[in-house]
Amino acid sequence: MFGLSESQLLDILFTAIETIAILLAVVITAAMLIWVERRLLGVWQDRYGPNRVGPFGLLQVVADMIKIFFKEDWIPPFADKAVFVIAPGIIMFTTLMAFAVVPFTATIGVVDLNIGILFILAMSSLGVYSVILAGWSSDNKYALLGAMRTAAQMISYEVFMGLSLLGVVLLAGSFDLREIVESQAGMWNVIPQFPAFVIFFIAGCAEIHRSPFDLPEAEQELTAGYHTEYSGMKFGMFFVGEYLGIVLISCLVTVLFFGGWLGPILPGFVWFALKAGFFICFFVLLRAGTVRPRYDQLMAFGWKILLPIALVNVAITGAVVVAMAN
Amino acid sequence: MLSVLRTLGMTFMHTFRKRETILYPEEQPYLPPRYRGRIVLTRDPDGAERCVACNLCSVACPVDCISVVKTEDETGRWYPETFRINFSRCIYCGFCEEACPTYAIQLTPDFEMGEFDRQQMVYEKTDLLISGVGKRPGYNFYRVAGMAVGGKDKGDAVNESQPIDVKTLLP
Repeated sequence: MFGLSESQLLDILFTAIETIAILLAVVITAAMLIWVERRLLGVWQDRYGPNRVGPFGLLQVVADMIKIFFKEDWIPPFADKAVFVIAPGIIMFTTLMAFAVVPFTATIGVVDLNIGILFILAMSSLGVYSVILAGWSSDNKYALLGAMRTAAQMISYEVFMGLSLLGVVLLAGSFDLREIVESQAGMWNVIPQFPAFVIFFIAGCAEIHRSPFDLPEAEQELTAGYHTEYSGMKFGMFFVGEYLGIVLISCLVTVLFFGGWLGPILPGFVWFALKAGFFICFFVLLRAGTVRPRYDQLMAFGWKILLPIALVNVAITGAVVVAMAN
Repeated sequence: MLSVLRTLGMTFMHTFRKRETILYPEEQPYLPPRYRGRIVLTRDPDGAERCVACNLCSVACPVDCISVVKTEDETGRWYPETFRINFSRCIYCGFCEEACPTYAIQLTPDFEMGEFDRQQMVYEKTDLLISGVGKRPGYNFYRVAGMAVGGKDKGDAVNESQPIDVKTLLP
């Protein structure tokens, strides 16, 4: 049927199942991050995290989900209804789309785009929409201020996020993420591209507006910024969307700089999970142990320090690659 | 940048420290003996209740949570007919304990008095009166006071001399 042979139909079916499985795994990881973050923050703050609901507090996630489902779904009467409802969906959509090009092991991955990195940068740029639309449609001055600050932060840090990846692309000779991982079989990219790794990590942290770049959510400073007016499941979607961003940046860092699934003895997926898990815990450590910079300090740091370093890194990498080709 | 890395390292070393949380209710916090918790009414070493319904505690209370009604027994000894404390108002300041002349009302190191209904937090004398002496084991007010009550005449108290007969001229 559809003019396709049976094996092609089976292929499509398997790809569909694989996609759904990856999606579910990623979303469940993001939901479990609620528990992981609260327990890890407790470990580093000399206290226990949730430890009453279920063994080691594992059912806390379930309790939180039930609570958020039962909350009243209130849309402010002064808000722009359609935009207000769509905004949290956009961040989930773009982050999950970015997962489509991430290779988890040698054989698992939704699609092998030959412009994988460009696709991820495009999706993170689209993510800025959700923040701006949320702030604008809330019809609330504080929300709008928070949204403007967040959007400026995200757009600025996207510049050096892309630039820092150019070094990796030059070394691997391709935008395809799977080929980048395979090109690291001799040496992980973090060693020749260490400044690029640092810049990408910091820029990724700012992209998902996560501590210490979480001015948008700083309750003490902007009455919760762009998601001030959100409650119930829409707020839950922003929340889980932020955790999805953490998982995405951790997966990207392992794929681009730390050799993805490559490693001795253990199967590829275990290495990938270990490396991505390490970076997820590092994100939580960043939240536990850093102070929040002021907004102008944040922007100055990005434009005046990170951008020149990224440009210099690209120039030197290009020169070395050309010299070694000759 | 380096200071950030140093901070992250220091935060990470907290992994190996003991947690400061007290896992209530499996572990109880340490309460010193003079902790101002639940109020009790105590008794004499001889077993009679110490409270003489003088109302000094209800006057001293800053939130007016004590309510006392006095009555007298057949020997002339005053005692409270009703003694009511509203624990939802009580601020556990200890002024009543300081005001009491007979060491009857005392605050104990106990804070577990949670209720679902506010009316359940109004404690009557039956809830407050304990069978022991509380914090002052040897004190019996009527033994040192000068009043003549059942079983004791004027001049029979501890450390009291006999009353002077004002109608004779002898020293």
